[in-house]
Amino acid sequence: MTAVMREGEAVANTAAAEESIFRRNLHSFAENRLALGSAIVVLLFVLMAIFAPLIAPHDPAETDLFRRLQPPAWMPGGEWSYLLGCDALGRDILSRIIYGARISIFIGAAVVMVATTIGIMAGLAAGYFRGWVDVLISRVVDILLGFPYLIFAIGLMAMMGPGLINIILALVYKEWVIPCRVVRGETLVTRELEYVEAARALGASGKHIMLREILPNILSPVIVVSTIRMAHVIILEASLSFLGLGVQPPTASWGAMVADGRAFILQAWWVSTFPGVAILLLVLAINVASQGLRDAFDPRFHE
Amino acid sequence: MSLARFIERLLQLIPVLLGVSAIVFVMITLTPGDPVEIMIGDQIVTPEQEEALRRDLGLDRPMLERFGLFLGNAVQGDFGESFYHRRPVAEVIAERLPATIELSLVALLVALFTAIPLGVLAAIKKNSIFDRMATVGSLLGVSLPGFWFGILLLMLFAVHLQILPVSGRIGFSSEIEPITHFLLIDTLLRGRPDAFLDALSHIILPAITLGLPMTAILMRVTRTSMLEVLRQDYITFAEAKGLSRHRILWRHALKNALIPTVSVAAIETGSLLGGNMIVETVFGWPGLGRLVVESIFVRNYPLVQAAVLFYAVTYVLLNFIADILYTVLNPRVKL
Repeated sequence: MTAVMREGEAVANTAAAEESIFRRNLHSFAENRLALGSAIVVLLFVLMAIFAPLIAPHDPAETDLFRRLQPPAWMPGGEWSYLLGCDALGRDILSRIIYGARISIFIGAAVVMVATTIGIMAGLAAGYFRGWVDVLISRVVDILLGFPYLIFAIGLMAMMGPGLINIILALVYKEWVIPCRVVRGETLVTRELEYVEAARALGASGKHIMLREILPNILSPVIVVSTIRMAHVIILEASLSFLGLGVQPPTASWGAMVADGRAFILQAWWVSTFPGVAILLLVLAINVASQGLRDAFDPRFHE
Repeated sequence: MSLARFIERLLQLIPVLLGVSAIVFVMITLTPGDPVEIMIGDQIVTPEQEEALRRDLGLDRPMLERFGLFLGNAVQGDFGESFYHRRPVAEVIAERLPATIELSLVALLVALFTAIPLGVLAAIKKNSIFDRMATVGSLLGVSLPGFWFGILLLMLFAVHLQILPVSGRIGFSSEIEPITHFLLIDTLLRGRPDAFLDALSHIILPAITLGLPMTAILMRVTRTSMLEVLRQDYITFAEAKGLSRHRILWRHALKNALIPTVSVAAIETGSLLGGNMIVETVFGWPGLGRLVVESIFVRNYPLVQAAVLFYAVTYVLLNFIADILYTVLNPRVKL
């Protein structure tokens, strides 16, 4: 009985310690100015996407034949109300970039969230039950890892046809493998720890042990990995759109905007250039912020 | 590594390759749109002719039988006929393959020859301005969308400075009778240095674009492993023996520091495959990647199917080689 009490206290103490470690990690992340700055940039992009209709100076789909390939404001022939110029149909590039953020961020977030949820469930099951469950899941993972990512996504998009939901599905089908591997590895180690043993001895169910005992303790590396993956997914979506397999026109998406400008690189460099800058800024900010997160939250990087 | 272990690893590839083929098969079978109707297009045919065509293509058989047939044929290199070219798929792919392989190899070389020196320098001059710039550079390298970077390079070097060509593999006047189908080699074999330079000027921008993410990753890996090695006792010992710093760095340290670089390079070579589709599209490079992208839009199923399978099998094999290479180079690791 006392042993159990102590066990309970120990668990409570670890929980308190976890809490303070979390705070300390958050603090050390906040002290990393570059990472914090990048996180703010990401946040600004998110706000831009949410409030696109309020921020965008023009309707992103509105064409104006008199403004075809109009240069940016600071060049001869530019207008300040069309800051970054216009594309071949006379649509305002800035407004299209602001609306395009919706597609990139929505797809990036949706893919990573769905994939991480699936990956956590599959990884926990494989690592906790081991045996045939693990063999089955690991086989599927191995097979999916046998495809280069972009080729897999292109093949699926060719099959399913373009469209928002299809892009998300095409990317999720492969993306879940990455969190799954992380979770499986962590679970294999964690399930052998004493506190899990104790919970099992106390008669806790498998579901309880996986979700309440193991999951909270392996969540940090999973979150770090998913933030890094978000940058990859955004580039993948842009690549699919660039190839014409993404969201269909007239919906603005950054990859497709770059592709549209390809035909005009001789006379209108701005059509391709600015949407690319938007992709680069967002992806770079996510990468720097997630590296900061990793340094702060993953104990293996604490020196 | 023992031979038995090697064979065991080799056998483990079989279920993966089977699974990969099954996924490719299902992917294409479930594709909407009737390939027969697409082939017929605007031509006027009788229902009997349509039925005959369907039978010819084996589209009337049950799914499992078609998968069996597909596998059996695939092993023999028979992927059916390209709907679009009206020629065997394997032939069309083989025709486009040298361009893709040549581009990938040059990209790999570009990546290795920039990443290794830069990574070593960054490690030697740790925390210097150069090291910081290298860090920023590698971060940019993994964050740049390849298709956009390629277009920027085109705008700068082909449109603005006009020193490099916009697209293609070689200029019209430099075309030569192929021997190996690798233009950089063929032009030299034919004794045409002018054509060699022409081919080189065509390949340089696509190769840089394709190799950029790999360069960024390899530079980080080289820097990290070089720092690791420089901390080892044997380096301190070599310094104590009075060996010159130059000799220590390039003879003793680099040799060991390159083990992770080579392994990662082998793994990343697989990722060049995906990049090919993008880069070949941007630069009008007549390789397999562009062919696949074009085939998707004309619904040329057999070709897409064969190409995706080909890419996946190559990718699996490259990763297998990377694994073996890592064990051979690093005897401490047991597979």
